[in-house]
Amino acid sequence: MRSHFDKQLEALNKEVITMGMLCEAAIDKASQALLGCDAALAGELPELLEQVNQKERQIEGVCLRLLLQQQPVARDLRTVSAALKLVTDVERIADQSADIGEILALGNVRRLPEQVPLKDMTAAVTKMVTESIDAFVKQDRKIACAVIKYDDVVDGYFNTAKSALIEALKQPDADAEASVDLLMISKYFERIADHAVNIAKWVSFSITGELVSEETSALGALSDGPRPSEK
Amino acid sequence: MDSIMDIKDLNLWYGDNQALRGINVTLPRNQITALIGPSGCGKSTFLKTLNRMQDLVQGVKIRGKVLYDGIDIYDPSVDVTWLRKRIGMVFQKANPFPMSIYDNIAYGPRTHGIRGRARLDQIVEQSLRAAAIWDEVKDRLRSSALGLSGGQQQRLCIARALAVEPDILLLDESTSALDPISTGKIEDLAVQLKEKYTVIMVTHNMQQAARISDCCAFFLLGELVEFSSTQDMFSTPKDSRTEDYITGRFG
Repeated sequence: MRSHFDKQLEALNKEVITMGMLCEAAIDKASQALLGCDAALAGELPELLEQVNQKERQIEGVCLRLLLQQQPVARDLRTVSAALKLVTDVERIADQSADIGEILALGNVRRLPEQVPLKDMTAAVTKMVTESIDAFVKQDRKIACAVIKYDDVVDGYFNTAKSALIEALKQPDADAEASVDLLMISKYFERIADHAVNIAKWVSFSITGELVSEETSALGALSDGPRPSEK
Repeated sequence: MDSIMDIKDLNLWYGDNQALRGINVTLPRNQITALIGPSGCGKSTFLKTLNRMQDLVQGVKIRGKVLYDGIDIYDPSVDVTWLRKRIGMVFQKANPFPMSIYDNIAYGPRTHGIRGRARLDQIVEQSLRAAAIWDEVKDRLRSSALGLSGGQQQRLCIARALAVEPDILLLDESTSALDPISTGKIEDLAVQLKEKYTVIMVTHNMQQAARISDCCAFFLLGELVEFSSTQDMFSTPKDSRTEDYITGRFG
């Protein structure tokens, strides 16, 4: 009796997954461009960002149409409202990946100082983004909770990177332009991790109907058994 | 929560067929409570137990307690006329009496002994104003009520129920036969009325329940499955059967 609505929800789900994959491709490209100091690879990011932007507008349209036509309630309402909210974070991730690309395209970053944990940091951030999308695809609250907790790891890398770059700037032969660019890039990765946390929170909301704070998720509030309304 | 009705272990049978099973619920005062559920789930049956309309059904058997302000309405000492004055009811199909608009409203107060013309005029105007229909009928109070539109007839019936100054208004799918404009007027009216009255309504319209009610009761197969604030029921229902019904997965 609601097969048309179910098909519309399934189509929405697929669109969000496609957008998530585009966003994963963007952060992966930004990471590769950084680690390989590859300005040419960074130049491919604006096109990817445009595709993500188009997908965001398309998904917003689908969500608004569903709200208008189906007047969803309960789990359906949470699915649609969570999708509407999380695409903003997905778009921001792609946008900030493109910003990283723009900095790399300046060509100031020609080598990566060993003391700055950029390899570990990009790997950790990419993991968070991939898993936040995975949590959405699988509607898995545990994965979402793990993403939220993992933000502390990325914050740790950022603080280490910041201290190392400040030290580098104090050296007599300091390459100030490269250090400042790397500091900004590190900050962008740290912000991308925050957006992954937001996505994970919206996924958790769509499953439970409760908005989680980082404190409650850290306390393991999300690891309780499923609510009766969960299937 | 200030409660107005307290229902305790209510069971009802039509002959051998049990239509209500162990209902326990406390209904809040000055709020709109919506009763929802698929056809035959017992919501209208439940509504009719609240002012003893079931007394009119042959072969009905009722067990349990319905307390209105602490009074057990099924106690033999309760005067049913008094009870129905306190707890008025408006049905799915508008049922104006075949008399003038004025006499429809004055009928109840006259039954309760009010005779003075000035007093009746006052009650008629007050009731029609409270039911948001005064401006539409004030120039034709002596015309037949049967000449009004469906939406106007339904608001007239609400005015007629209000004329005897009830405490609670029971609405049994009172907008199901009306167009969206008339439905909107009655919904607005229900929201205004809850300042003075308690409104308990049966509706098949989920959006209507979500729009105007404060609390919701979901019935299924004669059981009260879930009672909660409307906000909670339509965002995070506790019982999977409630969720399946309100999202249209069955029913």
